[in-house]
Amino acid sequence: MSGTGEQEKSFIQEGLSGAWPICLGYFPIGLSLGVLAQKAGFAPWQMAVMSVTVFAGGSQFIAVAMISSGASAAAVISTTFMVNLRHLLMSSALSPYFPGVSRRFLALFAYGVTDESFAVNMTRFKGGGWDRRSALLLNQTANATWIVSSVIGAYAGEFIPAGVPGVEYALTGMFICLLVFQLRGAVFTATAVIAAVVSVAAYLWLPGNAYVIVASCTAATAGFVIKRLTQRRRSP
Amino acid sequence: MSVRSYLLLMLAMGGVTYLPRMIPLLLLSRKRLPLWFAQWLELIPPAILSALIAPALFTNAAPRTLALGKAEFLAALPTFYCAVKTRSLAGTVVVGMLFYGGLKLLKF
Repeated sequence: MSGTGEQEKSFIQEGLSGAWPICLGYFPIGLSLGVLAQKAGFAPWQMAVMSVTVFAGGSQFIAVAMISSGASAAAVISTTFMVNLRHLLMSSALSPYFPGVSRRFLALFAYGVTDESFAVNMTRFKGGGWDRRSALLLNQTANATWIVSSVIGAYAGEFIPAGVPGVEYALTGMFICLLVFQLRGAVFTATAVIAAVVSVAAYLWLPGNAYVIVASCTAATAGFVIKRLTQRRRSP
Repeated sequence: MSVRSYLLLMLAMGGVTYLPRMIPLLLLSRKRLPLWFAQWLELIPPAILSALIAPALFTNAAPRTLALGKAEFLAALPTFYCAVKTRSLAGTVVVGMLFYGGLKLLKF
């Protein structure tokens, strides 16, 4: 019995320890989203509803701007869809770690799939011993931080000071570290380098957020081809 | 915008964000993936992470232009080094914030 108790405790601790860098990064971004929305005429309840139903940082900034400038509902919805389409790839990559898991669990977990939670969960799953409940807790903790911070921003508006210098780099720092964890061999490193080059080029030449999907798919395909070619050469 | 139409808009936005997150998990977790697809998916995490970071390090946002030597990139160098050497997420995040904050204070 005590063994199970310890296990329960550790899955909660693990989940929270995985979540903190995400929360640290989300808080100032959520605040600034709330402040921006408040200035654009959004009420705090409207911010809360948006953060709960949409829960996607980038597209919420875009949505606030589009809605306040009177864009049509169809334009807002289709932009939201395009901006978040990259989650298709993330959920696909996560799926091998959830064999035969109940639909209810997956439905709850899917709600919290973001760039950040994907990056942390993927790294932990690869490292082994990552409890699926920790993954779910991590998602929901990050999610709660996002909702709360955006609503605080919407209430407090301009009363919030500029903040600690460097906090806006928390998520970038986290992504860099998680990328390093992913570089487990020459093929992975080559894939990452190709992704960076294609992503910058696509970011400059393609509109919107298409660069993430274009660069990820191109780089993964290139990496796959490199892997197959080098394997064939080694074992003729 | 009326309360009703705002709520409907949010529901629609929520739907189009939720479905791409859920459908692959629901469909693929019940299947045995073909080997080539599993190998391709394995390369998606480094590809996505790199694709997400690179524009922040090497470009300006509005208008979109190439920008080499930004504070974001300069701070990334010690951050990357720290990640390789320490393999500590917490340490790396703090190092990145210190260097980026420092560069910003120096008006870089």
